[in-house]
Amino acid sequence: MLTKRIIPCLDIKDGRTVKGVNFENIRDAGDPVELGALYAQQGADELVFLDITATNEKRKTLRELVNRIAHHINIPFTVGGGISSVEDVSLLLQNGADKISVNTSAYRRPELVGELAKEFGSQCVVLAIDTRQEEDGEWYVYLNGGRVRTDTRCVDWARQAVDLGAGEILLTSMNHDGTKKGFAMDITRTLAESLPVPIIASGGGGTMPHFVNILGEGKADAALAASIFHFKEISIPELKGYLQDQHIAVRI
Amino acid sequence: MSTVIVKYNAGNIQSVLYALERIGQQAVVTDDPGQIRGADKVIFPGVGEASTAMEYLKGRGLDVLLRELKQPVLGICLGMQLMCSYSEENDTTCLGIFEEKVKKFAGLGENGEKLKVPQIGWNNIYDLKTPLLEGLPENSFCYFVHGYYADLGKHTIATTRYGQPYSSGLHRDNFYGVQFHPEKSATVGERILKNFLENV
Repeated sequence: MLTKRIIPCLDIKDGRTVKGVNFENIRDAGDPVELGALYAQQGADELVFLDITATNEKRKTLRELVNRIAHHINIPFTVGGGISSVEDVSLLLQNGADKISVNTSAYRRPELVGELAKEFGSQCVVLAIDTRQEEDGEWYVYLNGGRVRTDTRCVDWARQAVDLGAGEILLTSMNHDGTKKGFAMDITRTLAESLPVPIIASGGGGTMPHFVNILGEGKADAALAASIFHFKEISIPELKGYLQDQHIAVRI
Repeated sequence: MSTVIVKYNAGNIQSVLYALERIGQQAVVTDDPGQIRGADKVIFPGVGEASTAMEYLKGRGLDVLLRELKQPVLGICLGMQLMCSYSEENDTTCLGIFEEKVKKFAGLGENGEKLKVPQIGWNNIYDLKTPLLEGLPENSFCYFVHGYYADLGKHTIATTRYGQPYSSGLHRDNFYGVQFHPEKSATVGERILKNFLENV
């Protein structure tokens, strides 16, 4: 049967893996290619590489890095950060990326999603959404790595992007990201139940039961985490063994 | 030994080349008919849409060429689907190497359960046959990304279940096809590529 995916995320800045808490306070966590290869060997189902400097400094994602990753890693990987055109994506795919993720650029110009889906197929277009629940209880879309608020509801943007051709949604809850207090259950489940594409839940995974919750009750198709893996708080084999014991279908 | 990867307008062909390099094998990515005909092994990959890919192949005479190949050929994902007789994806007549037909996942399984389409992720392969899949335990996991599937039929050499069982591998004479991506299926995929290059 189709299994739930565990996806380590490697945030890249200047060629190094970094991790912030609540989108701030960046700490160094090692060489992305070495780390990626280690995760693949340990049983990660997929990898996500996000160039977090790209949107801010208008820098293109490091194509050479993608090429190096592609030569060393035998599982699928997604690359995101500062992608805003068909040409950007074409270059990343040529260098061996399997999927790309778009965030702010797609929100600013939604036609981009359709253009990418038409050119490369929906299966390679991941829409990343950073979202925050506010006092009115609604989840709103944030841009530019969480610094710019919009008035758009997360559910509305996700639906529109899927209609335009997004093949997966990578959903990060800013309320939960970096807290290690568990994933955002309600918004993840809402999207997972209402959209026909897989939902990757991100932000807040701190203990193994958090993963059971989000992949079970939360209905996420995949769970993404960074620091708990980078800082060896939870290992992938241990997490997958635990998930299997809790009757979550995983690849072991 | 020479291996070619057929170059055409369907997806990320480079990653197959990198996968071969990782297992210490060389290959050439080409659409040159002479080079394809002369190779010891031919890999026919692909991610994309069936009718556009078939038009492209026909426009270059690659449809006739592929059917006539006598050396081992391995179709991957869309490549395998194009080797079938017909695809529901834009009502496309395919190469007809395998008689099996390609259908769209309905979004509902045989027990009425909701399915996301395309299927994305790791699923297992079982009822494994032929030297291509030698050495793999039953229920090995492979990485799949597809919205269409080939029916079970007499050429089925591997089965996978998503809503219902379907062909995740096909074989006839010198032709092999797999629905999943061996180039992205970790050590299981590496074994299959190795088998194709060394055992088939």
